[in-house]
Amino acid sequence: MTKPKVAYVHLSGCTGCLVSLADTYEKLLDILGAVDMVYNLTLADARTLPEGKFDIAIVEGAVCLQDKESVELIKEAREKAGLVVAYGGCSATGNVLNNSRGGQWNQPQHESFVPINRVVKVDAYIPGCPPSPEVIYNFCIAAVTGDTEYLKPFMANETGGYHCGCDLNTKVIQNSLCIGCGTCAASCPTRAIEMVYGRPSFNNVRCVKCGACFSACPRSFLPVNKIKAQLV
Amino acid sequence: MPFGTYKEVMALKAKDAKIAGVSQDGGVVTTMLCYALDKGIIDGALVAGKGDTPWLPKPTIATTKEQIIAAAGTKYTISPVVSVIKDAVRENGLEKLAIVGTPCQVYAIRKMQLYPFGARHIPDKIALTIGIFCTENFSYAGLKTIIEDHCKMPVDAVTKMEIGGGKFKVKGAGKEVAIPIKETHKYEQDGCHVCSDLTAEFADISTGSIGTPDGWSTVFTRSTKGKDLLGKAIADGLFEKKSMDEFKSAPGAKIQSGLDLLGKMDQQKKDKAKKTFDERKALGLFVTPEIVY
Repeated sequence: MTKPKVAYVHLSGCTGCLVSLADTYEKLLDILGAVDMVYNLTLADARTLPEGKFDIAIVEGAVCLQDKESVELIKEAREKAGLVVAYGGCSATGNVLNNSRGGQWNQPQHESFVPINRVVKVDAYIPGCPPSPEVIYNFCIAAVTGDTEYLKPFMANETGGYHCGCDLNTKVIQNSLCIGCGTCAASCPTRAIEMVYGRPSFNNVRCVKCGACFSACPRSFLPVNKIKAQLV
Repeated sequence: MPFGTYKEVMALKAKDAKIAGVSQDGGVVTTMLCYALDKGIIDGALVAGKGDTPWLPKPTIATTKEQIIAAAGTKYTISPVVSVIKDAVRENGLEKLAIVGTPCQVYAIRKMQLYPFGARHIPDKIALTIGIFCTENFSYAGLKTIIEDHCKMPVDAVTKMEIGGGKFKVKGAGKEVAIPIKETHKYEQDGCHVCSDLTAEFADISTGSIGTPDGWSTVFTRSTKGKDLLGKAIADGLFEKKSMDEFKSAPGAKIQSGLDLLGKMDQQKKDKAKKTFDERKALGLFVTPEIVY
């Protein structure tokens, strides 16, 4: 089997997603062994995207619209990659960068940081700030082995593109689907969700809009067949 | 398939008088948690403990047998037990967690193991899941209304509550009040109405009162892990055990019992979920895909 060629594209993000990828401990070797990492500024020597096509672009970070290089890089990645994966909150939802107002040194003109689907078509989203090492591992292995059933929820409009606790309000609670399990509260990286009388209560100031709560909610999607197969 | 996939089903009753005195029914959950803790299978358990407000459970990280026993007994309102899973692993440093939950909480845990978006280093710390049978749940205000307005008992006077034989029963203040379960239906949490799972089909071990007489529990083992652990506990003499055949409905009986009753109620829940799912879809509402199974 030829290994899929993967480029790790780093836009405006904190590198926390990459750290989370490495936080899979020895399993990182499985991932690195299963793919041909053609571009990764932090982990590999190549300074530019390779010539010609490659298979997957994993994109960390939001696009800064005032940063010409970032815009060109994401456009180039989209053109060359078979699949573009918005990896982590900043790339998938804009995350905390939704609150950016610019005017900061040393690039005060950098003001608008947007999720990458504003400027390119995205094939899959992995929300979270950062996504857990385990979900990254599972995603990578499913992508390499062609486990499309596992990948399905990561595709557009199932997991991606969401922001804050408002998703839980509008999609889950308002649709009479919340059962008060507390998964959203456990999944929140900033403890912006507190369970009050069996329902999530949101601290909107603390929320970074990473999208983890809604994706983790058992009522956003429920992978029944996968769960059944897991129970042995 | 009724009851989901399972390896064995049986009726059990805990022998330990300390547990039997506080447990809801057969004391299966409490006994199994204490046993797993003793044997080093788990180092802690997420349970519905007692909080400051009467009958409002507090999701609790129990790491001793005393804490587990103190949390025994059913609370008929929502306990967001999954909410403390990260605290258990990160702050308490637990590595082998048991989780006791309703069917929907068990599937939340199973989803978290498969898709741990915000659950760093949690999936491999889940050592055991014990599911409890559930027909539906009440919000706290709903439960309080049932107890105070319908049963006419102050909620803080209640010492035990149970559902069985078509009744909702509360004990306390020297009396026992039972009301038809029908009266409580309108206070059910609406999220329960799309749920197809009565018997916690995705837990390692699932248990509940339906199907067995007072003081006993119906128990399913569903995974090899659950089957082995329960088998060892039974071999070590922790339970009285009976076959579910002993509780079969008599031929032509008007009121069903045993697995016939459980099967009927399970089917009713599944049918209701399907019906609610279709109705909501027809209204154009979002309903969790695959929720009906």
